[in-house]
Amino acid sequence: MPESRQRFLKLALFGIAGVILLALPQYIPEYHTHLMTTVLFFGYLGTAWNILGGYAGQFSFGHTAFFGIGAFTSSLLQLHAGVNPWIGMVLAGIVGTMVGLFIGSLCFRYGLKGPFFALAMLALAEMLRLVSIQWMTAKYPLGINIPLLEDSLLNFQFRDKVPYYYIILLMTAAALLLADALEKRRIGSYFKAIRENEDAAESLGVNAFKYKLIAMGISAFMTAIGGTFYAQYYLTLDDEAAFGVANSIEILLGPIIGGSGTVFGPILGAGILEFLSETSRNFLGRYSGVHLMVYGAVLIIVIVFLPDGILGGLKKAFYKISGSKQK
Amino acid sequence: MFLLKVNNIDVFYGDAQVLHQVSLTVREKEIITIVGVNGAGKSTLLKTIGGILKAANGEIWFMDDRIDLLPSHQIVDKGLIRIPEGRKIFPTMTVLENLELGSYLPKAKVKRSESLEKVFDLFPVLKDREKQSSGTLSGGEQQMLAIGRGLMSLPKLLMLDEPSLGLAPLLVKQIFNTVREINVQGTTILLVEQNVFNALDMAAEGYVLENGRIVLEGKSQDLLTDEYIKEAYLGV
Repeated sequence: MPESRQRFLKLALFGIAGVILLALPQYIPEYHTHLMTTVLFFGYLGTAWNILGGYAGQFSFGHTAFFGIGAFTSSLLQLHAGVNPWIGMVLAGIVGTMVGLFIGSLCFRYGLKGPFFALAMLALAEMLRLVSIQWMTAKYPLGINIPLLEDSLLNFQFRDKVPYYYIILLMTAAALLLADALEKRRIGSYFKAIRENEDAAESLGVNAFKYKLIAMGISAFMTAIGGTFYAQYYLTLDDEAAFGVANSIEILLGPIIGGSGTVFGPILGAGILEFLSETSRNFLGRYSGVHLMVYGAVLIIVIVFLPDGILGGLKKAFYKISGSKQK
Repeated sequence: MFLLKVNNIDVFYGDAQVLHQVSLTVREKEIITIVGVNGAGKSTLLKTIGGILKAANGEIWFMDDRIDLLPSHQIVDKGLIRIPEGRKIFPTMTVLENLELGSYLPKAKVKRSESLEKVFDLFPVLKDREKQSSGTLSGGEQQMLAIGRGLMSLPKLLMLDEPSLGLAPLLVKQIFNTVREINVQGTTILLVEQNVFNALDMAAEGYVLENGRIVLEGKSQDLLTDEYIKEAYLGV
C-alpha cells in the first residue's frame, strides 16, 4: 500500500471514529458511557505505556507507580492547599516525569534490561504501595476524599458522567496523535531501533541511554496525568487503587493484546478487554469465578497465537502477502 | 598518516581481563585485519574502539582526537562506524527504514539520497527489496543490509565484525569483494575475521590476536607465509 494512501486511511479512520465517539453519549445509557470512559481511560494509559514498553521496548511491569503518583499529587494538593485540579494535573505530570527520569537513569545506567527492568519497575510500584498503606492507615484511614465542589469544568467535577467521557476522549485523542507523530519522526525510529537491537542502534550513533530516558519521561508524564483523571472521576483514592499490582497489569494488557508498538493497538486492546470482561460477567456472572476463567482463557489464546497482538499479527500477515507478491 | 591508533589497552569484563596491552595502528585508505579464533577478544576490541566497552588502561586516538573516553554516539559522529557481528539489523523495519537509520546524524543526513544511491549500486538486491521487512531477507542479504546501513553513516573508518560469519562460501566471496570495493572508493577498513586466509589475502597488514594478546603483526603477505600461521590457522 502506498504511504499516502495508508496515511489517508489512517486519517479517515481517526476522523470517523472521532465523530462517532463524539456523538455516542447522546444515544447510549449512562452506564454504557461509563464503560466507554473506562475503555478510553485504559486505552489512554495503554498508549502511554506503549511509548516506553511498545516502541522503545522497555517492558515496564510497574507503571501504576506513575499513575498513583499522579493521582496522589493532584489530590493531596487539592485537599491541603486548595490547588485547582487542572493545575494539579500538570504538577502531577511533572512529579511523575521526575520520578520516571530518576528510576530510569538508575535502571538504564546500570544496564537493566528485559525482565530485570520489568522487575525493577514492579519493585518501585510495590515500594510505593507499601509506603502508602502505612501512611494512609495512619493519616487517611478512610482514603483520600476530594472535597466536593460545584459542578464545573474549572473544578473538574461533574455529577454527570458525560463530561468525564469527553475529557478522557480528548486526552486519548491527544495521546494517539502524539504516538502517531513519534512513530513517524526520527525519535520513533530511534525507539524502535533500540527495541529491536540496542547494540546495532548504538553502533549507528543512537544514544540509547538518552532515548530510553526520553521514552520514560513521556510515558511517565502521560501516565501520571491519567492518575489525576482517575482521582477526579471517582473523587476518592486509596493505596490499592493508586498502586495496586492489578493496575500495572491492566495498563499493559491493552497494548499486549491489541499490538504493542502500534498506534491503535492499545486502544483496540482496551476495547476488547472491556468487552470481554463485561460480556463474560453478564452471561456467566452467576457462576462465581467462571467469567474470570473465560477472560483468562481468551488472554492465553491471544498471547499464544498472536504474540505481537492483534494489530501486530495483521501487520505480519500483510507483510507476508505483499512479500510473496513481490517474488 | 594514521587514522586510528590503539595504545596498550587493557579491557576487563568484571574481574576477568579480556584484552592485554593491545596496540594497533590503522593508516588512511588501508585495509587492516585482526584475525584470531573464537574468544580471542576480537569483538571486544572492536566494541572498545567503538566506545561500547571502556578500556581500563591505555588510549585510543582517532585522527587528532582521543576517543576512548567518549560515549559511543560521539565516536560514530566522528566517522568511526562499527558493523556488529551477526547481522544486527532491525527485523520488523523495512530495508529502506534500516538504511535511513544509518543516516540520521546531521552530517550524514544531508547526503542521504546520494549515499542511498551508492549503497544500491553496491548491493542491487537491496534496491529490489527496498519495501520488504528486513527480517524476511536471507542471511547474505541481511549482512549486505548491515554493511549498507553502516555506509549510510559516511564512515571514515569502517569496522566490520566477522562479516562472513555463517554465510555460504559463494556469498563470503561476494561480501569480501564488496569490502574491497568500498575500500577502493576511499573508505578505510578494519576487518575482524576468523576466515584467516581470505582476510589476510585482502588486507595490507594483519594482527593476530590470541587470548587477548597480539601475538603477531606485520604485512599480510609475510603473515600468510609465516610458519606459525600456516600451522595454527591455515592448516597447511
